[in-house]
Amino acid sequence: MIGKIPLGDVAEGTVTWIEANLGVVLDFITWLIGWVLGALSSVLTAIPVPLFILLAAVLTLLATRKILLTLGVVLALMLIENLGLWALSMETLSLVLVSACTAVLIGVPVGILASRNDRLQGVLKVGLDFMQTMPSFVYLIPVVIFFGLGNVPGMIATIVFAIPPVVRLTDLGIRQVPKELNEVADSFGSSALQKLACVQLPVAKPTIMAGINQCVMLSLSMVVIASMIGAKGLGRDVLVAIQRVDIGLGFEAGVAIVIIAVILDRITQSIGKRENAH
Amino acid sequence: MDVGRSGIRGIIGRYEAALSARIDELMAPVVEWRKEVAASLLSRAAGDTDKGPGKAAAAGSEAGDERRVAIRLEGVTKVFGHGQKEALELVRSGSSKNDILKATGSMVALRNIDLEIYQGEIFVIMGLSGCGKSTLERCLNRLVRPTRGKVVVNGTDITSLDEDSLRQFRRDHIGMVFQNFGLLPHRTVLENVAYGLEVQGVPREERLSRSRKALELVGLKSYGDARPSMLSGGMKQRVGLARALATDPDILLMDEAFSALDPLIRKSMQEELLDLQRKVHKTIVFVTHDLDEALRLGDRIAIMRDGGIVQVGTPEDILTSPADDYVSRFIDGVDRSKVMTCESIMKQPEAVIPLRIGPRTALKMLEDIGHTAGFVVDKEKGFIGLVRSEDLLRIVPTEASIKGAISPVRSVGPSTKVEDLIPILVETDYPVPVLSESNWLVGVIYPAMVMRRIRPGGAPA
Repeated sequence: MIGKIPLGDVAEGTVTWIEANLGVVLDFITWLIGWVLGALSSVLTAIPVPLFILLAAVLTLLATRKILLTLGVVLALMLIENLGLWALSMETLSLVLVSACTAVLIGVPVGILASRNDRLQGVLKVGLDFMQTMPSFVYLIPVVIFFGLGNVPGMIATIVFAIPPVVRLTDLGIRQVPKELNEVADSFGSSALQKLACVQLPVAKPTIMAGINQCVMLSLSMVVIASMIGAKGLGRDVLVAIQRVDIGLGFEAGVAIVIIAVILDRITQSIGKRENAH
Repeated sequence: MDVGRSGIRGIIGRYEAALSARIDELMAPVVEWRKEVAASLLSRAAGDTDKGPGKAAAAGSEAGDERRVAIRLEGVTKVFGHGQKEALELVRSGSSKNDILKATGSMVALRNIDLEIYQGEIFVIMGLSGCGKSTLERCLNRLVRPTRGKVVVNGTDITSLDEDSLRQFRRDHIGMVFQNFGLLPHRTVLENVAYGLEVQGVPREERLSRSRKALELVGLKSYGDARPSMLSGGMKQRVGLARALATDPDILLMDEAFSALDPLIRKSMQEELLDLQRKVHKTIVFVTHDLDEALRLGDRIAIMRDGGIVQVGTPEDILTSPADDYVSRFIDGVDRSKVMTCESIMKQPEAVIPLRIGPRTALKMLEDIGHTAGFVVDKEKGFIGLVRSEDLLRIVPTEASIKGAISPVRSVGPSTKVEDLIPILVETDYPVPVLSESNWLVGVIYPAMVMRRIRPGGAPA
């Protein structure tokens, strides 16, 4: 009989090693993300509520061209303010935006690389499957070890969780560019960069936008879970409500999260769809 | 008539000997002139560029050697898949495509292609799907890199170029038009046309104005701001054509360019391409699976089968002397009258009568060669018209010149399609004269000859 394979020990050893040897890098990442997040969240909270609602309405109208939806957005945001959840919502929103943007900034280039290299795509596939299916609570643990408690570790967990759809759909979108269009680019003597910028990315844009939409949605769901390791925002209220079995508080915070989710979803989706229509 | 005729015979008889000598003397310039016409036709076939590299100019493959070679392929072989080395060995030993696929798992797409494509011609590569024609076309700008062999374009062997030089080569020399148009959906028509210039780094204003000119060339001047999705198939392909022309390359590759279009639109696009070619004089390599299209467009055609070239020649070469059974079966049922030109079926005119001789001499000439009508030419060898012996007989007693007996007649040019000749033949009882552009009589066509030559499967005369 073989003894238990020390998989857990290996994982723990790796985490300890990274903690011991890459401290400076980890500190820098913590500082950078913390700074960006702090800046965004102070900007968002500084905007007066009516002005923010107006901006959100204009953005929704421009992106979706739907008047009813815009009206709904205005009413929903007014509801959040009415429930007294405005500040927390802004906190959550800034967490989501920074996480999603970081995930996109990492995910799109990785997806582009994956689309050009079958071997890289194979390796990445395993990694992405791992990231997506590993229960999200599990990677809160190493994150806490590396980055401690608070907003930044919550966001790091969120970013890890939200990257896979961006990579996958960018890779897929570029691979789905018709062979003929790639030949068009090549036959006119385009460089690899020209081909990417003028043909592949624009043609793959709807698919990539779908990935970004997924990324935003996943970020939002993870931001709530990340409140378990000290991320602020609406998730904190949800967590408190669970602990106190406070149905009312939990429902209110839940509704606010749904509202933010729907607004972000409609806006990001319509950007992808509009490109599709051409 | 008979009485008159024998009467005339009597008159002529007395001068028989003298007249024969006189006729020889009169015919001497005609004989001389025939030689000149033959020589001028030959030089025209050899690609006199002033007259344009039209279809007539490409006729006569023996003259082709003197034309400039734009693209030369030497032993080009392409194998897809692994185990290429063994596959190449098998190609060399002449194994069939299927045997090689079974033995090595590799697909032989092209086998030992040798080919020369001349500057300014429309060269059609034709074959059924899977014969390797598109692969061959893609070897010409190295979208497909040959496994073995050389592709020499304008003197450069492009198989040995590095990535940078290859890119530069494609920018400078090649434009390509694709089967499904290959337009970028996120760009306007004008921006699509400007793509090649953009890649070259031409400043925005200049590339847009050059693109506008290219759009004008294909008749889509006012569609610059439209999106490709708003256009019909034929218009989309014209945009594709304009894009390929915008960079002013010397070679145009067209891959099944009209195959995705409706038959009627396809035909009008073919006409437009021929019109355009008269203006731009590019070397065009056109891939198609449609024999009618190949015959209509091609100055020369290569027929491919299983990765090899079965026959290369002008449309008429292929129709009149198919290289093997495969080609014969292929061309079976083709309407030859659409392809063959009057030049290819005409005969040397025998009954040529100088304008200045009298009716009696003319009659004697016709009599000698056994014809009842002849063509009249003037001193400058220009064609005047037809004289019939019955008209000559009528004027013999009264007039000294044959002018009064000449009747007008419908004529054709050497490059007139037989298709267009047939209605003329139907309306006339006499042979049809073939006149060159300078109104010289270069040949004559008898109705019976036409029928013999255009009969499907008919033997060349």
